[in-house]
Amino acid sequence: MSTNQAVESLLALSQQEDLVDLPKDYPLSASEDEGDSDGERKHQKLLEAISSLGGKNRQKLAERSEASLKVSEFNVSSEGLGEKLVLADLLEPVKTSSSLATVRKHLNRVKSKKTVEVPLNKEEVERIHREVAFNKTSHVLSKWDPIILKNRQAEQLVFPLEKEQPAFAPIEHMLSGWKARSPLEQEIFNLLHKNKQPVTDPLLNPVEKASLKAMSLEEAKMRRAELQRARALQSYYEARTRREKKIKSKKYHRVMKKAKGKQALKEFEQLQKVNPTAALEELEKIEKARMMERMSLKHQNSGKWAKSKAIMAKYDLEARKAMQEQLAKNKELTQRLQVASESEEEEGGTEVEELLVPDAVNEAQMNAEEPNPWMLRSCTSDAKEAGIQEDAEQLPELLDHNVSESEGDERPVAEEEILLKEFEERRSLRKRSKLNQDAESVGSQETKDSISQEVLFELRTLSQKLKENHQSGKQKASSVGTFPQVQREEPVPEEEESLLLQRPERVQTLEELEELEKEECFQNKELPSPILEGHWLKKNPNNQTDAPKKKKKEQMIDLQNLLTTKSPSVKSLAVPTTIEELEDEAETDQKQMIKEAFAGDDVIRDFLKEKREAMEASKPQDVDLTLPGWGEWGGMGLKPSAKKRCQFLIKAPEGPPRKDKNLPNVIISEKRNIHAAAHQVRALPYPFTHHQQFERTIQTPIGSTWNTQRAFQKLTTPKIVTKAGHTIKPIKAEDVGYRSSARSDLSVIQRNPKRLSAHHKKQLKKNSID
Amino acid sequence: MKVKMLSRNPDNYVRETKLDLQRVPRNYDPTLHPFEVPREYVRALNATKLERVFAKPFLASLDGHRDGVNCLAKHPKSLATVLSGACDGEVRIWNLTKQKCIRAIQAHEGFVRGMCTRFCGTSFFTVGDDKTVKQWKMDAPAYGEEEEPLHTILGKTVYTGIDHHWKEAVFATCGQQVDIWDEQRTSPICSMTWGFDSISSVKFNPIETFLLGSCASDRNIVLYDMRQSTPLKKVILDMRTNTICWNPMEAFIFTAANEDYNLYTFDMRALDTPVVVHKDHVSAVLDVDYSPTGKEFVSASFDKSIRIFPVDKSRSREVYHTKRMQHVICVKWTSDSKYIMCGSDEMNIRLWKANASEKLGVLTSREKAAKDYNQKLKEKFRHHPHIKRIARHRHLPKSIYSQIQEQRIMKEARRRKYVLRHLTLSQYSFLTSLISPKTNKKLPFREVVYVLLLYIRDVFEDFSRGLFSPFFSVMGEAMII
Repeated sequence: MSTNQAVESLLALSQQEDLVDLPKDYPLSASEDEGDSDGERKHQKLLEAISSLGGKNRQKLAERSEASLKVSEFNVSSEGLGEKLVLADLLEPVKTSSSLATVRKHLNRVKSKKTVEVPLNKEEVERIHREVAFNKTSHVLSKWDPIILKNRQAEQLVFPLEKEQPAFAPIEHMLSGWKARSPLEQEIFNLLHKNKQPVTDPLLNPVEKASLKAMSLEEAKMRRAELQRARALQSYYEARTRREKKIKSKKYHRVMKKAKGKQALKEFEQLQKVNPTAALEELEKIEKARMMERMSLKHQNSGKWAKSKAIMAKYDLEARKAMQEQLAKNKELTQRLQVASESEEEEGGTEVEELLVPDAVNEAQMNAEEPNPWMLRSCTSDAKEAGIQEDAEQLPELLDHNVSESEGDERPVAEEEILLKEFEERRSLRKRSKLNQDAESVGSQETKDSISQEVLFELRTLSQKLKENHQSGKQKASSVGTFPQVQREEPVPEEEESLLLQRPERVQTLEELEELEKEECFQNKELPSPILEGHWLKKNPNNQTDAPKKKKKEQMIDLQNLLTTKSPSVKSLAVPTTIEELEDEAETDQKQMIKEAFAGDDVIRDFLKEKREAMEASKPQDVDLTLPGWGEWGGMGLKPSAKKRCQFLIKAPEGPPRKDKNLPNVIISEKRNIHAAAHQVRALPYPFTHHQQFERTIQTPIGSTWNTQRAFQKLTTPKIVTKAGHTIKPIKAEDVGYRSSARSDLSVIQRNPKRLSAHHKKQLKKNSID
Repeated sequence: MKVKMLSRNPDNYVRETKLDLQRVPRNYDPTLHPFEVPREYVRALNATKLERVFAKPFLASLDGHRDGVNCLAKHPKSLATVLSGACDGEVRIWNLTKQKCIRAIQAHEGFVRGMCTRFCGTSFFTVGDDKTVKQWKMDAPAYGEEEEPLHTILGKTVYTGIDHHWKEAVFATCGQQVDIWDEQRTSPICSMTWGFDSISSVKFNPIETFLLGSCASDRNIVLYDMRQSTPLKKVILDMRTNTICWNPMEAFIFTAANEDYNLYTFDMRALDTPVVVHKDHVSAVLDVDYSPTGKEFVSASFDKSIRIFPVDKSRSREVYHTKRMQHVICVKWTSDSKYIMCGSDEMNIRLWKANASEKLGVLTSREKAAKDYNQKLKEKFRHHPHIKRIARHRHLPKSIYSQIQEQRIMKEARRRKYVLRHLTLSQYSFLTSLISPKTNKKLPFREVVYVLLLYIRDVFEDFSRGLFSPFFSVMGEAMII
C-alpha cells in the first residue's frame, strides 16, 4: 500500500518537474506518515545503523537518489533497500491520466528493450579469439597439402626450386653499340638493307612475314574443297528453286503455300512447347504481318482485277468463287491469332475452327458437289438427335467419301480434309460431353492440365482395352451361344468409342472420366438387346465379388507369413533351454556336414603322395650332354643314338640322406640353404605387401651392364639434386603458382592491432551464444 | 647364280672418326645374364663398404672464441659467411672457405643469447643478457671507424631469443613475452603472452611468414599469428622444449627439440599427436635445424653428439662426434644443404659434411654416374642383412654407447612391467595353459609368460595375429612407452 502512495506522491512531483530519475528510495513528508509505519521504519533504521557499524558496509549505505533538489544531508535515508520496484507499479496510475501518455510510452519502450547480456570474461574471450584464429590459420595452411604431397612423392626434386631466368639482352641493345667496320661486314649489311631485312626484332623481312601469315598447303587444300562443296550445293539449290518456280500449276503452288503454312504452324507449336519466349517473338511477328495486311488494300476486292471480277460475278460461278476466295484470304490473314492458354483450349479450338472454315457468305458454295465441312456439321447435328452411334458410323463413311474424292488431288488437300474431320469429331464429342456436363457441376471442369489429361486418357484407354479383353474372354468362356449376333455386335461400337476417345483434349478431369465411364455403361445398357444388358449386369457383380475375394486372400497370406516368421524368435525368448539343444544339434550337423564333404578324401594317402613327390623333386637330376646331330645325322624325328646318350649322360651323385627319411609323418623341406640364408632377407620389408613384389624389385637389374644407357640413366636418377654453391630458399607460394597472402603481414598488424574482422565477430557471437 | 654370304653394314661397326669410342655390341637379353642379381648384390655390398670406408664427415674446426659458442646464424645470401655468438658476449663472423674469423665484436655483456640475420644480409641482430637488442652492420667498419651497433634497444627484461621475419623489416624477440618489433621503432609493435614462464626461443615460419612458434620453460610450445596478434594453440609436452624449427618446404610441419632426449615433429594443424617421435639421443636435445631441402634435420644434444634424422623416420641416419667435442649447444645446416655446423661448449665451431662419405669438389660425369648407381644399389639392397649391418654400423664413444644400452634395458623393463600389469586374469590363465596344459599350476612365473608372449609375437607373427591380437594391443601400448 505504502508503495502505491509513494508512487502517487512521486507522480505529483514529476508533474512539476521533469522526471529525472526513478528513485528507489523516496522521502515521505511527515504529514502523510502513519503512526505504525513510522515506528517500523525507525526500527529498521536502527537495525541498519547497527549493521553499518560492522565496518565495510558503512560506505555503501549513503546512497542518494531522491528526486528533489533540496535534500538535507542529515535526512538521507536508505530506505526500502531490500524491496524491488517493478515498473508496472509505477505505470498503474499513469493509465488514468492522459497527460502522461508520452511518459508511459517511453517507459513501455524501456520495458520492451531487453537487458544487454553480461559480456564474457576476458579469459573466455581470449580463448574464443584463439580458437577462431587457429581454425583460420590451419585452413590457410591446408592449401599447401597438395604441393607437399606432390613433393613427398616426387621421383626427383631439383633444388633450388625457383628457376633463374637467364637474362637475355634484346638484340637492339647489342646492335646499338656495334658498327660494321670491316669491308666484309659492310658488304653484308648493305646486302641486308637491300633486302629490307630488319635488324631489330622480329628479324623477318616482309616476304617472310607474308609467308608466315599464309596458310599451310594442307589447310589451303581443305579450305578450297570446302568452298567447292558449298558452291556446288548452292547451285543445286538454285536449280531446284528455279525448276519449282517454273511450274505453272496454280493448284500446286496453292498446295505448297498451304503446306508451308501448316509447317510453320507446326513449328510454331513446337516452339511454343520448347521455347516460349521465342514463340512469343514469333507471335509478335505474325501480329505485325496481320497489321500490315489490315492496313493494305490487298485482298479487299478493291483492285482492278477484283472490280472486273465483281462485274462478272453475277453470271460466272468461277469469278464468284475467286472473289470469295479473296475475301476468305483477307479474313484469314487479318484474323487475330489466339494464343490459347491451356485452360481456354476449348474456346481457342472453336475459334481456330471458325477461322479455318469459310465465311457464312459462301452459302452458295454449299451447292457445290464436294462435301463441305459445313455440310458435315449439319450432318452431325442431324445425327446427334438420331444417336451417337450413327454419327460415329457416318463419319468414317464420309471420310471414305472424302478420301475417294481427293485421291486424284495432291496430298495436302487430303490433309486439310483430315483436319476438318478432326474438328468435326471434336465438335460432336463436345456436344455429347455437354450433355454430360449438364448433369455435373460446372466448376470442376475448369481445373485442367493437358498432361494429366493425356495420362488419364491413356489410363482410361488402357483400362478400356483391358475390359474389352476381359469381356471377350468372358464371352468366350461363357458358352452362351444363344445370342451370337448381339454379342458380335457389341464390341464394334466400343471399338469406335475408343477410337473417338483418343483425343486428349476431351477428357479433362477425373470426375469427367468417371462420368464418361458411367456414360459408357449407360450406353451399353442402352443397347437394344435386354439380354445383353442382363449379361452386363451379371458380369459386373461378378467382377466386384472377384476383387474383394482376392484381397481377402492376400491378407490371409500376409498374416500367415507374419506368424511363421515371428514364431521362432518368440520361442527363443520364452524358452532358453531349447536354444542349447538347437546348438548341439547344429554342432552335430556341422560334423556330419564335414564328414559328408570330405567323404571321398583320404588324407593319409594324400600326405604320403605329397611326401613322395617332395622326395622326387629333391633328388639331384642327371645331366644330359648329348648334342643331336653331332657326328651323325640329326633333324626332325631323329634321335641321337643310345650309345651317344649313354656316353654323354652324367649321372648325378646320390645326395645326402633326407632328414625325414625315418619320420613317416613328417616332411622336412631341404630347400633352405644356411649359407645363402645369411644373405637373404628374413622378413618382408615395410612398404611391400607381398614377397613377390619385393622379389621383383630385386630381380630387375639397374646397372648399365644389363640396361641401355638411357634406361640406366633413368633408373639411377637421384631423388634429390642440389646445385653446389647455390643457396636453397624456403619454398614460396609464388614458386608453386599460389598467390602469396596479398597484404603484407606488417601492414596488417599496424592497421589493426586488436581489431576483429567481421567474420570473427560473427563467430564470437555464435560461440558466446553457445 | 646367287652366292649367299655373310655381309655386315659397316655403319654398324666402323667408327666415323678415330676419336670416337669403339662401339661395343651388347645383347641385353636377360636369359644371357643369369647372374645379374648376385652381381648387383656384390656391387651393392662393395658400395656400402666403400661408403663406410670413406665416411669422414669432419671438415674443419673454427677456433677463436674464448667461451662456449651459444648461438649460430647463417648468412642469407653468402654461403661462406657464418656468424657465431659466445657466452662471453663476443660475436664472430667467419669465412668458411678460408676457415678464418674475419671479424670479432664484443657485442654484449654476458651471454649472447640469440642472433639472427636480416633477410637481405646487410645487417644482423643480437640479444644478450644485458637486456639489449642490437643491430649490427654485416660489413666491417672502415679503417679508423669504431665498431658500433646501428641501433640499440634497451629492454626491461632479458631477451632469450630473437628471430627475423623472412620478408619484412620485422623481428621477434622472446623473454617474458613474445614481442614483435618494427626495425624502425624502439618499442614493440605488439607483444603476445600465454602463461607466465620465460620463453626460450621463437622462430618465424619461413613459408607462411606470419606464423611464429615459441617454446617456454613451462614445457609448452605456443604458436602465434602475427597478423591477428594472438596466440593460436599450445602443446604441453612431458618435458621442456629447448627450441623448435620449421620445415622450410612444408609450411605446417615443425620439429621440437625436447629435454626428454627426443625430438617431436608436429603438424601444426593437428597438435594432439606428433607426426613422428625421433629417438636416438641419450641426453637432452638442445638445438635442431632443418636441411634446406626439408627432407632431413640435424639435432644437437647435450650427449656431445649431433645426429641427422630423416623427417619421416624415428631413428637417426647419422651420428657425428669427436673426442674433443663437448655438449653441443647450437647447430645449423648450411643453405646449400651440403654442410653442417655445430657450436659447442668447448669454444669451437665444427664443420661437417651432411653426407659423411660424399666426395667434395667437382665430379666428372662418370664419377657422378657411379655415385648415383651406387646410391641406387644401396637403396635397392638395403634390407639385406649384411648390407644393413654394414650400413648401420657406427662407432660411438663409450659413454654414449653404454648409455644407449642402459636406456634400452630400462625401456624393456618398463614395457614388461606395463604388459604384465595390463594382462587381464583370463588372458594370463589362458597363456599359462598354452605353455603347459598339464603342469598348469607349476608355472605361475609371469616372466615366463612374458617371454612366451614375445616368442609368440616373433615366431607366429602373421599366423597368430587374430588369436593373440588382444595381447599385442597391450604390447603395442607398452612399446610406445
